[in-house]
Amino acid sequence: MSVKTSPPPRARPQAAREHPSGDPRFNLIDRTLKRFSYQQDALIEVLHTAQETFGFLSDDLLIYVARQLKLPLSWVYGVATFYHFFTLKPQGKHTCIVCMGTACYVKRAAEIVAALQQAFHVEPGGTTADGLLSLSTARCLGSCGLAPVLVLDGEVLGRETPESTLERVRQLLLTERSEAAPSANGDAVHVTNGGIHEPI
Amino acid sequence: MNRSDLEALAQRELQRQQAFRCRILCCASTPCLSSGATAVYDAINAAIKEGELDAEVQAVSTGCMGPCSRGPMVTVQVKDEGEFIYEHVSPEVGRQLVTYHARSAASPAEELPEPLRTRLLPSDMPFFAKQKKVVLSNSGLIDPERLEDYVARGGYAALAHALREMTPEEVCREIINSGLRGRGGAGYPTGLKWDMVRKARGDKKYVIANGDEGDPGAYMDRTLMESDPHRVLEGMAIAGYAVGADQGYIYVRGEYPIAAKRLERAIRTAERRGLLGSRILDSNFNFRIDVRIGAGAFVCGEETALMASIMGRRGQPTPRPPYPAQSGLWGKPTLINNVETFGNIAPIIQNGAEWFASIGTAKSKGTKIFALAGKVATTGLIEVPMGITLREIVYDIGGGIPNDLAFKAAQTGGPSGGCIPAQYLDTPVDYESLKALGSIMGSGGLIIMDEHSCMVDVAKFFMEFCMDESCGKCVPCRVGTVQMHRLLERITDGSATLQDLETLKELCVMVKETSLCGLGQSAPNPVLSTIQYFLDEYEAHIRERRCPAGVCTLEKTPVTEWVHA
Ligand SMILES: Cc1cc2nc3c(=O)[nH]c(=O)nc-3n(C[C@H](O)[C@H](O)[C@H](O)COP(=O)(O)O)c2cc1C
Ligand code: SF4
Ligand code: SF4
Ligand code: FES
Ligand code: FES
Repeated sequence: MSVKTSPPPRARPQAAREHPSGDPRFNLIDRTLKRFSYQQDALIEVLHTAQETFGFLSDDLLIYVARQLKLPLSWVYGVATFYHFFTLKPQGKHTCIVCMGTACYVKRAAEIVAALQQAFHVEPGGTTADGLLSLSTARCLGSCGLAPVLVLDGEVLGRETPESTLERVRQLLLTERSEAAPSANGDAVHVTNGGIHEPI
Repeated sequence: MNRSDLEALAQRELQRQQAFRCRILCCASTPCLSSGATAVYDAINAAIKEGELDAEVQAVSTGCMGPCSRGPMVTVQVKDEGEFIYEHVSPEVGRQLVTYHARSAASPAEELPEPLRTRLLPSDMPFFAKQKKVVLSNSGLIDPERLEDYVARGGYAALAHALREMTPEEVCREIINSGLRGRGGAGYPTGLKWDMVRKARGDKKYVIANGDEGDPGAYMDRTLMESDPHRVLEGMAIAGYAVGADQGYIYVRGEYPIAAKRLERAIRTAERRGLLGSRILDSNFNFRIDVRIGAGAFVCGEETALMASIMGRRGQPTPRPPYPAQSGLWGKPTLINNVETFGNIAPIIQNGAEWFASIGTAKSKGTKIFALAGKVATTGLIEVPMGITLREIVYDIGGGIPNDLAFKAAQTGGPSGGCIPAQYLDTPVDYESLKALGSIMGSGGLIIMDEHSCMVDVAKFFMEFCMDESCGKCVPCRVGTVQMHRLLERITDGSATLQDLETLKELCVMVKETSLCGLGQSAPNPVLSTIQYFLDEYEAHIRERRCPAGVCTLEKTPVTEWVHA
């Protein structure tokens, strides 16, 4: 790769505060920052937007948010790690969130988690080596009447059994594998650990 | 908009609704949606279109109707004939509902054609007959996304009444007289709290609705926010007027995106109509509401932690006093109530304190919403008058325990509560009675357990929850929950001795007495209450290394055994 032959970067008309990478997704974060007039109190809202946009909170993102809000990085990191909703690791292409709230626990949701763990070699909170599936648990998804409940790629499913769940996830991964080679990049704009989260 | 505009709007909407011969209400709350309610709604709409019945039949997408495990639920209101409630409706059944009810005159339930007959719920079904809907009176009957639907059922009339006819002091007095107590768990008298904030000095005051719903296994608040968002907003606005606040926040749990979206939309609609925002209903009262979305921390349901979270910080509790009523958000006097508490306000203002106080028991007034779940035939959301017995809830409303198994215990109050064993099934459900049994009313989680539930394992489940959710600020809770969990783990894996049980009891008392906030102070409750009522199960695990319910696998050996061997 030769630096000389590439044209000099053209000065684009851009907002003064735009992220140096030029990644347009930062504009979404900037919009939230503006909506809250760069108030430091809006940190959680800004992190929500950042995670929705990028799928997870990378170090780079945390630094960006800290600079923009003029907060110490340790403060931002402290908040991001305090809340379960925020994830600092890239997520898999598909997510499976098994509810482990009381109603689901009483209806043996733990067996579903164990079955998934065994079949796909993934720990709760982790992602498979091929980056296809993230498994996590939740504390009540608010559909206890249908326990045990899980959320597979944003779809809430009730009255599951270990067998039915394994079958669903297998199907999902099967289509995936036949369609394209897996890509393990974690920045797909995708449901994150809250699972059923969608932009307001 | 002023008061007569509001009444005109209600009239217009009522007339519009009455023009239909038949209204088909389709539940579109999350549990029914995951049972396929969207396809049912679409099929019903398609059938209306195909039959050219637009002028006679209206399909409405509503909030939760209650018996969520029987979903998708559909209620058909037929003019002059009454209501028909159907369970497990498939798209095909939905189509048949349209053609049948649009054309046929009333026929007795037994003569309905199949498959409608088997899906029709009897009108005197105890599930409905034993409930009393005050807070949920609109849930399942209105389209939560339409302000007009809410107004047609008397919505915002209480706010209009309070603004015109009552002083803030009178509003507080009315709430005090009603005897309403907080529905978030602790049961503090709501009116007294309002009066405290009203009297507090401050140039700015805030009102917060706590919609964090931390209890894992309960969804009352979610359903209220999703099924009748304006009810919560109206309650908050009346509170704002009563305490002198002009800004409200509603803190919604991060797992509830639909609730947040509906609230945002409801706020915007109400603002456009002059029912929120500035100069509400042409008065001098201004009140703005913003939604704040939680980020998944149970402790943020605790009021001081919740306020820290609204201010963008780590949700760690701070010692009280100062109470939020004196120094809350940004140091200003702040009123914080649960969303269900706010859901009670409009009915109280509209029907009067005496009406409300006539429901319930001497010290617990009104109704309570419970999320009935676990090993019971019909699970779902119920609203019952205070003082109803647990037996009525489990056997009449819930339809008993499936598979002819025996009732073992009911768990209330989630990780802060306790278990109520079978011998107390006839206890009235109110704040004092449940407390006397070592449990709490809690926010409304009610989990039924049968013989196949191991009570030690249940205690371990809740302790694991508290351990994970401890914010780590104070040592008794941060370290104590881990130790208690380890002891419970030893009991369930077979490696515990009777000494461990003693240590566990001591730790429970220590953590309870010395923790900073409610999370730590109540974390030992599930353990203490299961030890109180199910000591034999603990002892069976330790002495006989056997789990009576057959849940735990006790494969390890106590350390002392091989020391002595
Ligand atoms: C650990 C902890 C969690 C709590 N979670 C909730 C909750 O999820 N929802 C709620 O309304 N109150 C919760 N509370 C109670 C609140 O601190 C507060 O008392 C309540 O919101 C006051 O409203 P009320 O008077 O209407 O009940 C919690 C308290 C503690 C200690
Ligand atoms: S001593 Fe450790 S735990 Fe305490 S404040 Fe400092 S870094 Fe944090
Ligand atoms: S009791 Fe637990 S949750 Fe409460 S402040 Fe202490 S460590 Fe945090
Ligand atoms: S406990 Fe699983 S949905 Fe509530
Ligand atoms: S969600 Fe449909 S009845 Fe509760």
